[in-house]
Amino acid sequence: MTVEPAATRLRHQVPLVVWLVLVWMLLWGTWSWANLLSGLLVALTVLILLPLPHVIDGTRVRPVPLLVFLGHFVVDLFTSGAEVAWQALRPGGVHRTAIVQVQLRADSDLLLTLVAEATSLVPGSLVLDLDREHRVITLHLLPVRDLADVERKKAHVLVVERRLVRAFGSAADVAALEGTRREGVPAP
Amino acid sequence: MTALADVVAFACLLAGAALCLTAGLGLVRFPDVLSRMHAGTKPQVLGVLLVMVGAAIRLDGWANAWMLLLVAAFQMLTAPVSAHLISRVAYRRRHVRRDLLLVDEFAGTGHQDRVYEGDEPGDAPPENPAVRPGG
Repeated sequence: MTVEPAATRLRHQVPLVVWLVLVWMLLWGTWSWANLLSGLLVALTVLILLPLPHVIDGTRVRPVPLLVFLGHFVVDLFTSGAEVAWQALRPGGVHRTAIVQVQLRADSDLLLTLVAEATSLVPGSLVLDLDREHRVITLHLLPVRDLADVERKKAHVLVVERRLVRAFGSAADVAALEGTRREGVPAP
Repeated sequence: MTALADVVAFACLLAGAALCLTAGLGLVRFPDVLSRMHAGTKPQVLGVLLVMVGAAIRLDGWANAWMLLLVAAFQMLTAPVSAHLISRVAYRRRHVRRDLLLVDEFAGTGHQDRVYEGDEPGDAPPENPAVRPGG
């Protein structure tokens, strides 16, 4: 493990401490200074005993694209829940399924994790594999009607990725995304 | 006002419970492990979320609501991870109904075991210990 400037380390650790303290406070359910201090103590103990690699390098949070993503995500969540529920109930049993690979463009641990989490919860897809090095995500699709439907669902993964990169990506990530779009690579 | 809140909470709880039921039905009715994992993630997560919303409306006090928010957040974070791990193992062990697959772009990339332990389906290709998975 390389030694890094204290400032960098602090910048990486502070959001994690805030999150851990927040979880601690939510678990207790009430606001008090005692909860805040004990939460801080627990968070720092966790961070010192279980150090994690950084994943938030160069990440921004943009409020408007974040709201766009969340809005679509909630809608997707409902439609996918209803769709799979219908598949489970319909008398004819399930449709055909498919396993596909999609070439992603985001190149950061955090963004790829978010894409994988989001695609698992939105219509039709389940993550089978994520190749970090080549940025290829492998998905199981259910249900698919025909090959055109498969293509449509693959395109949808890229749309989810674009929304996420716009919401959380660094300036370089967004530029890379727009760059590939201008070259005419999948732009659904 | 309270009557309206009660109706909304009632609708959320009922819809959530129904979705969890379909998730259970899906686990029984779907043909292979990968399809079952769909049932285990989507309707189930949505069902839990709706139950949480209903409970948050019905229960008094913010303390409970915060707790339910945490449950919902962790449900959404962890369900895809466990489903992914189980699916991954299922694919490797060839518990996949190939006749239902329209396309399989993952095949031939060395992600399936060729050493069997008696639990592989009938349409698995011949055993070949020389092929190492994960290559």
